[in-house]
Amino acid sequence: MGENIFTGIAAGLRTILAGAGVPPLASEFIVMLVKLVAVIVFVSLNVIWLVYMERKVCAYIQCRIGPNRVGPKGLLQTVADVVKLLAKEIIIPRRVDKVVYLAAPILVFVPPMMAFAVIPWGEGMAPIDLNIGVFYVLAVASLSTIIFWMGGWSSNNKYSLVGGMRVVAQMVSYELPLVLSLLGVIMLTGTLSITEIVNAQRGTWFIFAQPLAFLIYFIAGVSEVNRTPFDLVEGESEIIAGPYTEYSGMGYAMYMLAEYGSMMVISCMCTIMFLGGWLAPFGWTFLPSWFWFFIKVYAMIFIFMWIRWTYPRIRVDQLMAFGWKVLVPLSLANIFVTGVGMYIYRAIGW
Amino acid sequence: MEGIWMTVAFYLLAATILGSALLVVMLRNIVHSVLWLAVCFVAMAGLFLTLDADFLAAVQVLVYAGAVCIMVVFGIMLIQRGDMGSTNLFNSQTKAAAGVVALVLVVCGYLSATTQWVGTAVAVPEQTVENIADILLSKYVIPFEVAALLLLVALVGAIFLAKEVKADGHND
Repeated sequence: MGENIFTGIAAGLRTILAGAGVPPLASEFIVMLVKLVAVIVFVSLNVIWLVYMERKVCAYIQCRIGPNRVGPKGLLQTVADVVKLLAKEIIIPRRVDKVVYLAAPILVFVPPMMAFAVIPWGEGMAPIDLNIGVFYVLAVASLSTIIFWMGGWSSNNKYSLVGGMRVVAQMVSYELPLVLSLLGVIMLTGTLSITEIVNAQRGTWFIFAQPLAFLIYFIAGVSEVNRTPFDLVEGESEIIAGPYTEYSGMGYAMYMLAEYGSMMVISCMCTIMFLGGWLAPFGWTFLPSWFWFFIKVYAMIFIFMWIRWTYPRIRVDQLMAFGWKVLVPLSLANIFVTGVGMYIYRAIGW
Repeated sequence: MEGIWMTVAFYLLAATILGSALLVVMLRNIVHSVLWLAVCFVAMAGLFLTLDADFLAAVQVLVYAGAVCIMVVFGIMLIQRGDMGSTNLFNSQTKAAAGVVALVLVVCGYLSATTQWVGTAVAVPEQTVENIADILLSKYVIPFEVAALLLLVALVGAIFLAKEVKADGHND
């Protein structure tokens, strides 16, 4: 039911364009444009909805009701907030590095949006099916560090600068276990293509074959998007809001929305690498593949939020020690064990 | 059709690379230089993409734009000064610089003029990652391991330096 709804739309669009006499190259271009715009709109709407979800989850955990006034069940709360923030004045403090200061909140959305170009939303539904998809996502995500630092440095504020330093230190430290934990899965499948990795999980999901890697990836992922317990970057009791301190109006909102965008990227990657992507569990194919992908991504996002509202923030030295002395050695050990295990399996002849 | 777009992309990317590289050298503020350096690296990745080397493009973004620029950022933050306006200055060795640049230009020009450029009709293989891995771990395994050793030495050196500073701090 509904399995082919999106691929059907793409095929239909191609037929219509071919019928109208559009040359194949131009029609491919138009289809690609439609795909990318659809992804951008979808992700933006999702991000707005995620802010609402975060507040509702938080409220539930704290025995409150949460937003419930604007729209049915408060569903339009974030829309109202965004409209309000759009209307606000963007204050540029004196002696900030103006161009860098204004460019940072715009650029901060670019890396997560670029990563979504290769995320398969269902079977055969990747906007671009790169054969190095996993590597591409990691490469693009690594760009966001310098953009956060741009915001922190250009604000000309000591809290922003401390926040910027923390962003750089934290994201560089946790990028290593993030990448190394994925290596186990890549060794098992022998490919960097997202589609092939998902298809390799038809038997067992890699969360069962690589439980340690999943755990490391998840922890490093929480840290990469700067969320509790690793939200030292914006630790409000120490450095106000870190790199975002001086931002007002939509500039600030862009940072907040980009955080949810990155969280979606990490959740999508968790789903693809460890939770079988769009594959249905127990052969329950009565729901379409894109629906399963969506459920899994939202389950991961819910765990992110759950952790955020139940754990305290850790200290900077604890953060660094945990990253370098626990996560990195564990992920290296995981690679070693995976390699040895693969040879033993081959020797047994499975 | 395809060829025209590739040419347009090449010239756009080349202009971006040259422009941003020039800005890296010319700007007085080292922070702006780093940011333009990142732009330059990303444009280089684009150039690799036009040559169908998508793995190399991703490596370029990950290693250069994502890591090398961050190293410079670390450097900037560790030597923070009140005024960043004059952190990337010129020195007065213009004559020596002009000589070196002229020499480099002449050598490059001579080499590119005398080289027999042969365009291969063979298409770039679809999967470049496997081929790179095969070559890296068979034919070029010794340079690869030497590079790893070099990184290890740098790592040990960094740890040694950090430790020494700490010991001094205790003595003071």
